[in-house]
Amino acid sequence: MSKTALSRGDYWFSLLTEKATLCPNLCASVKAADGEIEGKLARFIAVVPDANNAYPRARQGEVGLLEGWTLAKVVREVIEQDKTKHDKRVIVAIIDVASQAYGRREEAFAIHQALAGAASAYADARLAGHPVIGLIVGKAMSGAFLAHGYQANRLIAFDDAKVMIHAMGKEAAARITLRSVDALEKLAATIPPMAYDIENYNKLGLLYKLLKIGNVEQPDTNEVELVKATIGNAIKEVLNDGVYLQNRLHAQDRHASLLVRERMRAEW
Amino acid sequence: MQNNGSFIELSARKRALNLLDAGTFRELLGPFEKITSPWLEKQGIVPEFDDGMVIAKGAIDGKPSVVVAIEGVFQGGSMGEVSGAKMAAALELAAEDCRQGKLTQAVVLLETGGVRLQEANLGLAAIADIHAAIADLRRYVPVVGISAGTVGCFGGMSIAAGLCSYLIATREARLGLNGPQVIEQEAGIEEYNSRNRPFIWSMTGGEVRYQTGFVDELVSDSIEQVKQAMKSCLNKGVPATFRSEQYDYYLHKLTSVDTQNQVDGESAKKLFVRGDNQ
Repeated sequence: MSKTALSRGDYWFSLLTEKATLCPNLCASVKAADGEIEGKLARFIAVVPDANNAYPRARQGEVGLLEGWTLAKVVREVIEQDKTKHDKRVIVAIIDVASQAYGRREEAFAIHQALAGAASAYADARLAGHPVIGLIVGKAMSGAFLAHGYQANRLIAFDDAKVMIHAMGKEAAARITLRSVDALEKLAATIPPMAYDIENYNKLGLLYKLLKIGNVEQPDTNEVELVKATIGNAIKEVLNDGVYLQNRLHAQDRHASLLVRERMRAEW
Repeated sequence: MQNNGSFIELSARKRALNLLDAGTFRELLGPFEKITSPWLEKQGIVPEFDDGMVIAKGAIDGKPSVVVAIEGVFQGGSMGEVSGAKMAAALELAAEDCRQGKLTQAVVLLETGGVRLQEANLGLAAIADIHAAIADLRRYVPVVGISAGTVGCFGGMSIAAGLCSYLIATREARLGLNGPQVIEQEAGIEEYNSRNRPFIWSMTGGEVRYQTGFVDELVSDSIEQVKQAMKSCLNKGVPATFRSEQYDYYLHKLTSVDTQNQVDGESAKKLFVRGDNQ
């Protein structure tokens, strides 16, 4: 990782946007750039730490009020600008989000609505025919992930110890479920949806690809090319497959999600 | 059917029954079908045969409708794999109906703490599916959210509330992303005291959410009033602009405020004036 990178997310944003044009006038914690990937026009988007964020609970890469609404802005601009185009721009969300912002200012000023702004923008982009690809390079936690990535047509994650997808940090999850962190970790070892590691997450069928990179923070040229090619293949699949998310429903460990849909359809 | 009674005191099933036209209620995947959570028993938790989620089809003012009601009493209205899939599937099928020309409007009763932590990542995935389904369906018909009380609407499901075409709340409701206990855990008691109930309602209660324009209708705890507000929202049709699309307005507000000082219950009322965002 270069010394100037603010985070893994920032680093991978820089690797994928070398020849791209940065979008101006955004809050410092959201970066967006227009460029190309595998011959397709694309907008790349990342949430990055901003030590000077006006909202102090969102200084370490959390998704807060400004981040949620700014994500909404950079995604909705793409939808609007490409409205009459046949070839819709690809949207690549580079995901490394420690959490949503936890704070009093956030609740008072309706962070839930800011995150709804982001989530609906990504969903609307997908529904409008923009292939939306999520590349998980670090943490993808809870509300932050719902706002930045979970609406993607395809999710790609790095097979790496620091890649983590979860509904809540361990300490808070333990407190809310009245367990010790120790007991929580023991349960997580046998109940795949509770696990914090990426291998168990992969069993839930929500990923398009789990990619092994030697060193996520120092990839070689071939590895960066592999990531680009994988995004390219995901885009092709999306263009064939349509705008909805049924592709996520076929894993054994998420069997009930499919069963409920089949039974509901039969009774509908 | 009682009409002037309390709405909050009703179970999810009774709430759904009361909102649909008399004689039209039909439950899908009801408790007798016993589709339970595959994950709770492994953790020593007794499951419910409906997994705390009621899906009812019927009519409202004669129009095809689906009411999705979360049972707040079971596991805090938390979203597990099955309960989440039931809600997502119902909204997905309503959208399919709309695409085939049969408009099916939706009402979602949001009594929920968000993800069921015992099913963590599957609850989160289900909520992402619910967001996807609301975003899809609201293009065709109104999706009306109701947060009545007493559980409130939190976590990923507060984002779902933020996606609804219209939102109804009572004074007893609370609507916020992070539950008070979680904020206290993550940010400290100085930031958020989870035991200070008046403070919590002043931040996230139904009344302040209404006054600041994050809720469309504020109602008292009465079946009749909730029903009237619901019908009034449904009759407005698809809104010209969704609250969740108004990034310019909200970014302007959020960058104009001095964030150096901590905020209080009055801060949001000073910043966001009801009707300002239209």
